[in-house]
Amino acid sequence: MTTLSIDHVSRWFGNVVAVNDITMTIGPGVTGLLGPNGAGKSTLINMMGGFLAPSTGTVTLDGQPVWRNERIYQHIGIVPEREAMYDFLTGREFVVANAELHGLGAKAAQKALATVEMEYAQDRSISTYSKGMRQRVKMASALVHEPSLLLLDEPFNGMDPRQRMQLMDLLRKMGDEGRTVLFSSHILEEVEQLARHIEVVVAGRHAASGDFRKIRRLMTDRPHRYLVRSSDDRALAAALIADPSTAGIEVDMSEGALRIQAVDFGRFTVLLPKVARDHGIRLLTVSPSDESLESVFSYLVAA
Amino acid sequence: MYDPTVARLTYRALLGRRRALILGALPLLLIVLSVAVRALTGADDQTASDVLGGFAIATMVPIIGVIAGTGAIGPEIDDGSVVYLLSKPLKRPTIIFTKLIVAIAVTMVFSAVPTLIAGLILNGNGQQIAVAYTVAALVSSIAYSALFLLLGTVSRHAVVFGLVYALVWEALFGSLVPGARTLSVQQWSLAVAHKIAGGDLVTSDVSLTTATVLLVAVTALATWYAGQKLRTLKLAGEE
Ligand SMILES: Nc1ncnc2c1ncn2[C@@H]1O[C@H](COP(=O)(O)OP(=O)(O)O)[C@@H](O)[C@H]1O
Ligand SMILES: [Mg+2]
Repeated sequence: MTTLSIDHVSRWFGNVVAVNDITMTIGPGVTGLLGPNGAGKSTLINMMGGFLAPSTGTVTLDGQPVWRNERIYQHIGIVPEREAMYDFLTGREFVVANAELHGLGAKAAQKALATVEMEYAQDRSISTYSKGMRQRVKMASALVHEPSLLLLDEPFNGMDPRQRMQLMDLLRKMGDEGRTVLFSSHILEEVEQLARHIEVVVAGRHAASGDFRKIRRLMTDRPHRYLVRSSDDRALAAALIADPSTAGIEVDMSEGALRIQAVDFGRFTVLLPKVARDHGIRLLTVSPSDESLESVFSYLVAA
Repeated sequence: MYDPTVARLTYRALLGRRRALILGALPLLLIVLSVAVRALTGADDQTASDVLGGFAIATMVPIIGVIAGTGAIGPEIDDGSVVYLLSKPLKRPTIIFTKLIVAIAVTMVFSAVPTLIAGLILNGNGQQIAVAYTVAALVSSIAYSALFLLLGTVSRHAVVFGLVYALVWEALFGSLVPGARTLSVQQWSLAVAHKIAGGDLVTSDVSLTTATVLLVAVTALATWYAGQKLRTLKLAGEE
């Protein structure tokens, strides 16, 4: 059992608050840390890994402080976001060095290289590796000592779909073995596919927490906004506003369109074409005006 | 205290092709210069002392110290790969101490060996001049490595600061301004060399006792402080 506890942790850089009073507990299994770019995921992971002191609050692993405690790394494996990794070494030399720094030998290194399926290129210089190969060697270096906590910052960045599947399988397996695995991502689908549990961070704040069904529900149950142009905007507005699935309608003169806010997403998507047909109105444009992940996230924060 | 894996990684990084070329350039220049001087003026003790003191000790040793000292840790911190050392159950002072040993060894090899060769070429070690300056190079290699390793740990612009220190302070003020000489690694090492060379061919502004105390104190303090800084090094994110 390995539990990582983040307790009222904040971190600021000058005036920038990167992480704002976050409290969460990460237990065994795979957890996804989801949030748009700049949300504070890397800052949080750096504090979880003991590479950055929290401005306030504490991070502990099974009760042991992580900051300024080198011995904790017997239990932690880290896959950093940054690329640099002693490019002048071969993959094998790099993983062997990492094993030695844990007091282990070439055997442990070889096993880790086999786990990430990099034996075929282990004697090539790292400087010749593709991004996906680098990612896998980084992974091997984090696995040599079979850590009970694995932290990965944007591990799927730059991987092709096949490599992504492979890494997902590997992380899933590690989670099933009872290890605590935490990875960050800004892509909802990626997190949904892999994580049992999701922690959402937006603008430095802890926005939501739960399994993927709960997060999905939070995201789809929010009011949706549409921009609609039709052959008769006034008649369409009058007909739609009568229905409870429509929360509000604005006539946008400059755009020559209606801005419609729908609360019941499912019902509204059926209602709109039906109302138009019944009233002989032709729909010219129907476009969601806030479907970006950013707006979904900001909705979560406002909630 | 000394970790062979950290040492191996540091050697490989320091002696990579490009850096090795830079490290080799000044020693090569020194030897070419010595051959030319010997051919033009013949063997002369004072000339030998001028060349070794003015170029080898005042310029070459500090610059090689900057390259080896800052290069032993600075690039790793800049590109973030130091995370692979920091994410291990290794004491931070062990990392610093090991890198110091590597930096000292590299600085000594690239500065003391060519100094000895140049001295032999210049006057065949007459008046023990070659040996005296070689010892000065060895002694100052230790202090420069410690100072510039600390600089590489705390600053992203370590090479620039280091070169300014080496060229402006050590080479210019250290030789010209009397007050600055007491606080110059170069003068401390010359105090040691003074005891070896015959007559007053090698001189220093500080006594051997002061020099020894300052050399030991600066090396120990810089190394200790670098270890402390590494313990609380904050790894910046991407950009
Ligand atoms: N070392 C730093 N100095 C100043 N600001 C930083 C630093 N690291 C991160 N930040 C800021 O903190 C915020 C969160 O960044 P980060 O944790 O990298 O987010 P994410 O990984 O989710 O993209 C951003 O606004 C970023 O600019
Ligand atoms: Mg990030």
